[in-house]
Amino acid sequence: MRYLDEFRDPALARTLVAEITGRAGRPWTVMEVCGGQTHSIIRNGIDQLLAGAVEFIHGPGCPVCVTPLEMIDRALEIAGRPGVTFCSFGDMLRVPGSERDLFAVRARGGDVRVVYSPLDAVRIAEENPRRQVVFFGVGFETTAPANAMAVLTAARRGLANFSMLVSHVLVPPAMTAILDSPGCRVQAFLAAGHVCTVMGTGQYEPLVARYRVPIVVTGFEPLDLLEGVRQAVRQLESGQSTLDNAYPRAVSAAGNPAAQAVLADVFEVCDRQWRGIGEIPASGWRLSPAYRGFDAQERFEVGGLRVAESADCHSGAVLQGLIKPNECPAFGTRCTPRSPLGATMVSSEGACAAYHQFRRLAAPAGSKGSSGG
Amino acid sequence: MCLGIPGRITEIWDDRGTRMAYVDFGGAVKDVCLAYLPDIAVGDYTIVHAGFALTRLDEASARATLAMFAELGLLDGELGTAAGTPAARGEPA
Repeated sequence: MRYLDEFRDPALARTLVAEITGRAGRPWTVMEVCGGQTHSIIRNGIDQLLAGAVEFIHGPGCPVCVTPLEMIDRALEIAGRPGVTFCSFGDMLRVPGSERDLFAVRARGGDVRVVYSPLDAVRIAEENPRRQVVFFGVGFETTAPANAMAVLTAARRGLANFSMLVSHVLVPPAMTAILDSPGCRVQAFLAAGHVCTVMGTGQYEPLVARYRVPIVVTGFEPLDLLEGVRQAVRQLESGQSTLDNAYPRAVSAAGNPAAQAVLADVFEVCDRQWRGIGEIPASGWRLSPAYRGFDAQERFEVGGLRVAESADCHSGAVLQGLIKPNECPAFGTRCTPRSPLGATMVSSEGACAAYHQFRRLAAPAGSKGSSGG
Repeated sequence: MCLGIPGRITEIWDDRGTRMAYVDFGGAVKDVCLAYLPDIAVGDYTIVHAGFALTRLDEASARATLAMFAELGLLDGELGTAAGTPAARGEPA
């Protein structure tokens, strides 16, 4: 497959690994922001190939993982109501709420449907005018253009029975929160390439200037990730901090102006709770006043939610890079992808799920989970 | 939901004013909305998120990146710093 096989070439990967390990005069700590990048790093053993030269701290870029528990409970409550058809991306169905998940709601007779595109939910609303069709609009700047277009399409078609439960999150404010936290160990960022296909790269200039941290826009294939690391290490070794683009075949400085225009119309920036992290100012999107009529949160009154996170789940520490997934006492025993305690074990982008899927079951020697040093 | 993969546009049509396309992801074909890429054409490669094409992959840029990787390899060969050797790791031999 074009644009995939070439960027998985083992010989070129060895070249890049040699280049990075040869250049790193000391171990550097790099955060890959996006959960898709985390999965690619663990699946391809890139962290092991670069051991001693680069330590990866896995970032919070997993939308399923950071969607606030209160919003999951709200979704579960709405989805269980008669007359409601609740549509969602598939990876939200197993995310544990305080007491159950969307699969459990469906098992008890709720009309919960998995859709590939939010436009599918709009079509379901058109075909079922007597049902209230609610789409769970979560994700980062990559899914937001799709969700915004669904709202816009519903508005154009006058669909009074469509609404969206919006819990969008934004990447740059999360990076700022990480840099501001007292325990921050991040020395350079691999920025999420696909977020930049939408938003462009200009959002990161102020972060580079203010925190003097190298930021490299990075893709998802093994060679893309190695090239992102190579550029980050080159900067770190020479004491520079600039914004670089290691994913130029997909990312332009301007991003996608058509998508940005629709996002600015349909959404407005708001404060947002992040599951496991807490509230981050101006880190989310909600529907703008012009489209507030499509807001499921306003259409469905939900009272008396009792939100309770599992006491055994350390996903907050994982999401902040304070521990590795296999350092959690519940990892792989009480918490597995089949029976997850927290959202990071659920998603195809969650760090705990990546470690479990690719059999990184034991905490490394000398880590917080072991008795040594 | 957030994972984007490259695919090739094989057919474009109009659905009530919205540009739609079939995109071939190495054998699996999905219908995809092109509302955000008004200039993209059949044969182009794109990255799709949640049923929407978000960017056109730039062939010249991809070639340039791969050529640069290959040159790094040649340079390693010239300098005798193959992967895993002490020299490549910056350690004394």
